[in-house]
Amino acid sequence: MEFQTRDDVSTGNEEDLFVPSDDVREHLVVVGNGMAGCRAVEELLARDGARYRVTIFGAEPHVNYNRIMLSPVLAGEKTFEDIIINNQQWYDDNGIELIVADPITAIDRTAKTVRSESGRTVSYDRLLIATGSDPFIIPVPGKDLPGVISFRDMRDVDTMLAAADAGAPDGEQGRAVVIGGGLLGLEAAHGLTLRGMKVTILHIMPTLMERQLDEAAGWLLKTALEDRGQTILTGADTAEIFGQGKVEGVRLKDGTLIPATLVVMAVGIRPSVALAREAGLDIGRGIKVDDHMVTSDPAVLAVGECVEHEGNVYGLVAPLWDMCRSLADGLTDQHSGYKGSVTSTKLKVAGLDVFSAGDFSGGEGCEDIVLRDASRGVYKRVVVKDDRVIGAVLYGDTADGGWYFDLLKRQENVADIRDFLIFGQSFASGGGALDPKAAVAALSDDAEICGCNGVSKGQVVACIEKGACSLDAVRGTCKASASCGSCTGLVETILALTLGEDVQSGPKTMCKCTSFGHDDVRREIVAQGMTSIPEVMQKLHWATPDGCSSCRPALNYYLLCALPGEYVDDQQSRFVNERMHANIQKDGTYSVVPRMWGGLTNPRELRAIADVVEKYDAPMVKVTGGQRLDIFGIKKEDLPAVWADLNAAGMVSGHAYGKSLRTVKTCVGSEWCRFGTQDSTGLGVKTERMTWGSWMPHKFKIAVSGCPRNCAEATIKDFGVVCVDSGYELHVGGNGGIHVRVTDLLCKVATEQEALDYCAAFTQLYREEARYLERTAPWIERVGVDYVKARIVEDDVGREALRARFLYSQSFSQDDPWAERAAGEHAELHQHIAEVRPMETV
Amino acid sequence: MIGDWLDIGSVNQITPGNARTLPVRGGEEIAIFRTLGGEFHALVNRCPHKHGPLSQGIVHGGVVTCPLHNWNISLKTGEALGEDKGCVPVIPLKIDAGRIFLLRSAVMGQLAA
Repeated sequence: MEFQTRDDVSTGNEEDLFVPSDDVREHLVVVGNGMAGCRAVEELLARDGARYRVTIFGAEPHVNYNRIMLSPVLAGEKTFEDIIINNQQWYDDNGIELIVADPITAIDRTAKTVRSESGRTVSYDRLLIATGSDPFIIPVPGKDLPGVISFRDMRDVDTMLAAADAGAPDGEQGRAVVIGGGLLGLEAAHGLTLRGMKVTILHIMPTLMERQLDEAAGWLLKTALEDRGQTILTGADTAEIFGQGKVEGVRLKDGTLIPATLVVMAVGIRPSVALAREAGLDIGRGIKVDDHMVTSDPAVLAVGECVEHEGNVYGLVAPLWDMCRSLADGLTDQHSGYKGSVTSTKLKVAGLDVFSAGDFSGGEGCEDIVLRDASRGVYKRVVVKDDRVIGAVLYGDTADGGWYFDLLKRQENVADIRDFLIFGQSFASGGGALDPKAAVAALSDDAEICGCNGVSKGQVVACIEKGACSLDAVRGTCKASASCGSCTGLVETILALTLGEDVQSGPKTMCKCTSFGHDDVRREIVAQGMTSIPEVMQKLHWATPDGCSSCRPALNYYLLCALPGEYVDDQQSRFVNERMHANIQKDGTYSVVPRMWGGLTNPRELRAIADVVEKYDAPMVKVTGGQRLDIFGIKKEDLPAVWADLNAAGMVSGHAYGKSLRTVKTCVGSEWCRFGTQDSTGLGVKTERMTWGSWMPHKFKIAVSGCPRNCAEATIKDFGVVCVDSGYELHVGGNGGIHVRVTDLLCKVATEQEALDYCAAFTQLYREEARYLERTAPWIERVGVDYVKARIVEDDVGREALRARFLYSQSFSQDDPWAERAAGEHAELHQHIAEVRPMETV
Repeated sequence: MIGDWLDIGSVNQITPGNARTLPVRGGEEIAIFRTLGGEFHALVNRCPHKHGPLSQGIVHGGVVTCPLHNWNISLKTGEALGEDKGCVPVIPLKIDAGRIFLLRSAVMGQLAA
């Protein structure tokens, strides 16, 4: 045991010295388990994994996580697990001792030891200080009240979530005030809004994010955020935070009172230097370091937001990665040396794209080139001095941010392309042909692709060349695009350029109305308990007033699936076939398919169908691929009468038009067939009786074959059963569509009842987890058949729960939609509003 | 002059987000739309692409999506949106005292076509 456990230590006892290890390597002690400290160790390990024995102290009770991603955690887009950078396994694998929840409180440079809050004393050969920065708390009365927090760590996020859940004392939605209209404040406000709080942002300056954006872009941002429901007060000077025992609101110097149960201070950060100052190191605004991040004490290094290099202090990640590289070089006797960083900011605030880099304050000798496109909400400004780009601000369309930043860093002469500069790279580099690939191809190798993880284009290319040939593989290898995802498009383009062919892409947004993907929307619907389409659009900041023909049907399905028996179906969000319960044909008439359970029929049903065909002059009847009869050419006006006639013969809708269970195809089976092993027709009927009427992400077909000769073609169905002598083989994820896919074997079961139970569970898993319009085949290829097996076959309790949810949902959905319409519901959908009959002219 | 306008019924006959149809004997069927935002529009009920019945499409914003091949048609101008090119005749419409009126000459004008 190298360290005494926490229980054994009596703090303040001079005798609590640690027991020396038999590891004779130099001991590197890192103070700070954050992004800089861990990244420095990662860089060191990449150069020489064996040279140092490493111990890391962290003040927070976690492994290393991506602090930048706290905003998505707050917004519910990610979980804490998603933002972990290095898990415990990483520390173990690299022999790193990690001590969490125990901040270092003192450094003794003479003895070369550090002492922690709990009383541990550890000696070091080299010490790395990576204490980051502290949130700045404005010294107003009430700043210490419970409910006043910063936005800095997981604990703050937890506090915000609790406040959002609690709501207001009167049972209304809770109110929050965010002080600070910089990036951090806006992200906090966005997350709290998504969590259902009414948020007011107080910003002391006249425009938002004034350090990154000029006035015009700041105004655009403010307007867009206000349109999304936030209240923004600029020029707002906080006088006090008031409340009895806890926060009740904020009072501004002009007397305005804003009630709030939560106040988030996000007015800025400053380097955390108290520990270093106490130890007598040279301090300016931050801990002073040289080009190898060495402080005034040669045995002590410092890196990250806590340092000052050449008079500069940085609060962004990109410089931090540069510093970590120089530091690791220094620690391994290489001499690159840190030369300072030029920074750019590319971000998405509440789904709005913003970019800035360099100096855009203007001044003597500076030329401004500005492009405004009001209807697209685009604003671009490039600042040029002596034919060189010195700054850029982009709002609404940030695609060219990387290119401007590259020009800026390389100080390239832009005289030749001056006239086209503002139109972006593809235009300026010579052609009207706007080819985004050419733009990415032209980026230099050291152009930064992923700001979150500090990955350059050269690093992404190297990682692809080493075999990462999908987006996920790149994310897993060099971490580009693994955090906020704003560079995903760039990484995909690099993949395409490097591999020369189409590359599998990651989840896209649902449609142009939203910045959320299908999975995000589904999760938020459940997490926030949303119950209507307008509510989803409101809470998730839909960009259009009432969605589009892509998202409306998807949202309708997601709500229907999440709230069986409770959600009221929205007819206006149904594609015509589902609204009319019949299939629209190319001439605008409809075809009608009554259900034939398991493919069985009888004289009464056949007679009814024949009568309908005659009575309504249907020009064609066809046996479908799902062994039913399809009656073509029925007019919209006649549909209710057709349904009434079919209902009278006991026939119900076959749902041949729906994203739903369509048919259960069968073969004859053991009752008649000389090869049949089980009663496939009977099982088919039971399966159809169980599953009919269920809405799905896409159409869903089932088949039951009586023997491995597979006459019902069960192995190209969404769910297929192949009967064998010893029981039932269950197959999933097949289809006979454009891309034919043969099923995967899920498992084998012994009894009919098990086959039915597994079918119900599988159906429900698909209903709950697939994206709208995703059939089972691409879904299974996406999540992996092993995942489906784990949920259905290996997890007995989980399977039973899925089955129960399916049957519960079915208890509401097995009403014949034809019967309602035949009885006169929604008659207006079938009748003309009036008719115009002009006077006969002779 | 009221005679220039054809009264085709109460606004309450069309619920928001829906459409109703108006056959014109000897002419083209007309689709009358009510958007979720409450505006009324009338178009010939025929997509410029493959003549799909626009009245059966999903209405969103000021747009209807044709049920046959997902063309988006502006309810205001009758123009196909996005990459698609084509136009469907717009029938001038006005609302007066809770009634829907169509311009008679436009409704009848189709007869000549």
